[in-house]
Amino acid sequence: MSKPTSLASRLYRGDVSYDIVGSRKRWYTVSGIILLLALVGLFGRGLNFGIEFQGGAEFQVPSANCSVESVRTAAQNAGASAPIVTSLGDSRIRVQTEELTPEQSKAVVDSLATTCQTTAGEIKIQLVGSTWGAEITKKALTGLAVFLLAVTLFLTIYFEWRMAVAAIIALIHDVVITIGIYALVGFEVTPATVIGILTILGFSLYDTVVVFDKVKENTRGILGQSRMTYSDAANLAVNQTIVRSLNTSIVALLPVAAILFVGAGLLGAGTLKDLALALFIGTAAGTYSSIFVATPFLCQMKEREPAMKALAARVAARKAGQERKASEKAAKVVSGGPSGSISDDVASDDGSDEAAAAGVAGAAAVATETRKERPHRQGPRNQPKKQSRSKRGKS
Amino acid sequence: MANVAKVRPWRSLILLLVITAGLCAWAFWPGQSHTPRLGLDLQGGTQVTLVPKSANGGGDVTPEQLEQSVEIIRQRVNGLGVSEAEVTTQGSGGSSAIIVSVPGENRQGLEQQLSQTALLDFRPVVLEESSAPTPAPEPSVVPTPSPTTTKKAKKGSSARTATTPTPTPSPSAAAPDPTKMRPPIQAPTNSEFLQRAYAALDCSKPENYQGGTPDKPEEWLVTCSKDGSAKYLLEPAFIRGTQVSDAQAQLPQNGAGGWQVNLTFDTDGAKALADVSTRLVPLQPPKNQFGIILDGLVVSSPYFQEPILGGTASINGNFTNQQAKDLANVLKYGALPVNLQIAEITSVSPTLGADQLKAGLIAGALGLLLVVIYLLLYYRALGIVAVVSLMEAALLTYTVFVILGRTVGLALTLAGVAGAIVSIGITADSFVVYFERIRDDVRERKSLRVACETGWSKARNTLLAADFVSFLAAAILYFISVGNVRGFAFTLGLTTVIDVVVAFLFTRPIVALLARSKWFTRGGPLTGVSPERLGVEPSRELKEARAERARRKHKEEPVTAGVGSGTSSEGESE
Repeated sequence: MSKPTSLASRLYRGDVSYDIVGSRKRWYTVSGIILLLALVGLFGRGLNFGIEFQGGAEFQVPSANCSVESVRTAAQNAGASAPIVTSLGDSRIRVQTEELTPEQSKAVVDSLATTCQTTAGEIKIQLVGSTWGAEITKKALTGLAVFLLAVTLFLTIYFEWRMAVAAIIALIHDVVITIGIYALVGFEVTPATVIGILTILGFSLYDTVVVFDKVKENTRGILGQSRMTYSDAANLAVNQTIVRSLNTSIVALLPVAAILFVGAGLLGAGTLKDLALALFIGTAAGTYSSIFVATPFLCQMKEREPAMKALAARVAARKAGQERKASEKAAKVVSGGPSGSISDDVASDDGSDEAAAAGVAGAAAVATETRKERPHRQGPRNQPKKQSRSKRGKS
Repeated sequence: MANVAKVRPWRSLILLLVITAGLCAWAFWPGQSHTPRLGLDLQGGTQVTLVPKSANGGGDVTPEQLEQSVEIIRQRVNGLGVSEAEVTTQGSGGSSAIIVSVPGENRQGLEQQLSQTALLDFRPVVLEESSAPTPAPEPSVVPTPSPTTTKKAKKGSSARTATTPTPTPSPSAAAPDPTKMRPPIQAPTNSEFLQRAYAALDCSKPENYQGGTPDKPEEWLVTCSKDGSAKYLLEPAFIRGTQVSDAQAQLPQNGAGGWQVNLTFDTDGAKALADVSTRLVPLQPPKNQFGIILDGLVVSSPYFQEPILGGTASINGNFTNQQAKDLANVLKYGALPVNLQIAEITSVSPTLGADQLKAGLIAGALGLLLVVIYLLLYYRALGIVAVVSLMEAALLTYTVFVILGRTVGLALTLAGVAGAIVSIGITADSFVVYFERIRDDVRERKSLRVACETGWSKARNTLLAADFVSFLAAAILYFISVGNVRGFAFTLGLTTVIDVVVAFLFTRPIVALLARSKWFTRGGPLTGVSPERLGVEPSRELKEARAERARRKHKEEPVTAGVGSGTSSEGESE
């Protein structure tokens, strides 16, 4: 019985429960600060777009026989003004210049080949017209818009519109954070980065769908009882799925980390690194947001429904009743015998909704001290059991 | 027992086995390539992305214009003598792109040849010689409307060489041997050089009618017809493609003689046509003909029946609908109404391509290894199921790539490789969702056998919903994007589908089978779902089963008893 597993079990049964939904202000603040930083980065520094978006030329030359300095000189001599020369890994040097005509490009390639004692055929060339980047961007944005629409529609049908809205907000949260970090750190944005960001869309939603599925399951028939509010049930769902979310995220991040490691280590830069970097940041943000942003936000919206307000009032009344009883009992204990202790188990495990509702009226004479200290324990213990029983009955 | 019997795991497994065996047989049949087709960024090569823009300013590029442009570019690429060159289109309407892929070494200058405007011109024929045994009849040209005209297809002769070609002797410059040249062969005058080139030209050789090189309109020309059926000596152009203002395929008003192509010329074109047709009509064949030349090859060579003075003409030749449409398209779009802008040129050397492929494979292997280790450590026996499922998914993905590479030319790019690696995690996520559901149900004091069933029924919908969202993302990306993004989106969509197939036809039945085994249902520490490890008391039933086992072991009896009862036991142990 290892430590993490037993923690997982206690989380599942609600023995240990983090009040994530209740302390939403804290998580909103955390997200708010990160988002603010991201927006500052985005609008302050702006994104560092690669040549694919701005137009320009890029050359990669094997660097066995030349240095960054000699390559820079060679490029300038061939007519490239202010080339940006960097080394990629330890085997290649990259030269980026402004937009070149095919003739100019040929001159640069020949000059580089001579300097680095290689053939023109070994040099990677990329020439991009300045309008092409705009076109790629336009397409990516169109894709994003269509995707958001389609997903909202699907989630509305599969869950409900509030969940769809919460999921989309979490999604935007993830994408803005990822892009913001790119702006802040100054990573180059290439088409591969865009691919990575678009993939985050899918992954962030995958995570949110898993959590919401559990929320949906836990809140089925919630209006028929008065022990837990929507937020309580949703919070339980989040706690129950925390381990799963962590596992899915770890499993998804492992291959991404491998790409990042190999892409950055072996090739220095390029498609693999750009893609993995965006994915890495986005996946981490996606896991965070499906737990700490999507669910609390969903609860906030749900609690505004009249039925849910009524439920919350009933639960509050029940709790108040219990507390009153507990204090009465405490008074009794002080005054006389320990009367209620024997029936502890009966009250806790078979305490049906009717009994609980009656408890407000004072019919259930026994409530224990432990219950009031950890209100979450009650629900979790019984709620999933009830759900599964009714579900099996149906099928 | 009843709820287990409903599952029929063998049926799913056999179905999957059939699918896998079929795909493997198709992919690995001897005598073909057994590896996926690699994209240019992995095998080295040059890729040019051309964006067509409407030449006359407004409006989107029509599908016809795009098709015509691709046809012209394909002709040019073939003219370069590059094998395996590929011309494809992506997107549609205002955001379409033509992508030319040429594998192998860097090819400088490729882009210039590709983006130059195709040239269409009309030239009077001086000499024509058919290389086909039974040449097709030539179409004729009449002014439109001309109700009196009937189709008068001229009878072809196998050698229609005019008896008196008027050679203009000219001092042939220190030119290359004309007999070794490939069309279009040109000279400023009808020189001896051209005569010799014409005599030596063999248009039945495919390399001689590949075209792709626009001719100079102001010079004389020796060239082949587009299908290699005839060779021509032609005068300088009298009408340029830009002077054709419209061309339509139509059925003649009287309905006789098949389809025809109606032409309208602009003012200058009409005047030139009037002059030339007046001059050519009285001449003997083939001198009363003119050639329609596209990118250096003769597309058609109709003869004039009468002078065309009104600026409109129709070409009659008993065309089929398709032939007429094709010719009309050539005439209308031959001069490329679209400007092809070079959007992007990427040239990757084979060395760099191999490096990138190696990096991708290493990353994939490393990622897979990490995921396998994690799954095994965390889920033990279930982890093995997950790992085998991953292998099955990987095998399916690989075979599909091999098959699609061979049949529809799908190329695996670096972005596609990255998509496949990322999908390892997403596929494994499905198993995590399922396994965590089983563990949840074990925590609810269900027996393992029951937990495997109820866990699946809950995980199934989550999986389908989550995978649907992933697939939606991939599909939308695929249809909207161009270039690299497409390769990635395709891989992601494909692996999502495979993920669902493997989860339903493999992982699920295997777990169902496991749930029947006594070893697994005893919930030992290696199963990954032992109740103790999950922090709950084992059910009374489970304890009994274990005790039974211990007793038997003690007595050293062979294990013979059947499977224990599979009823639920939750909730009783507290």
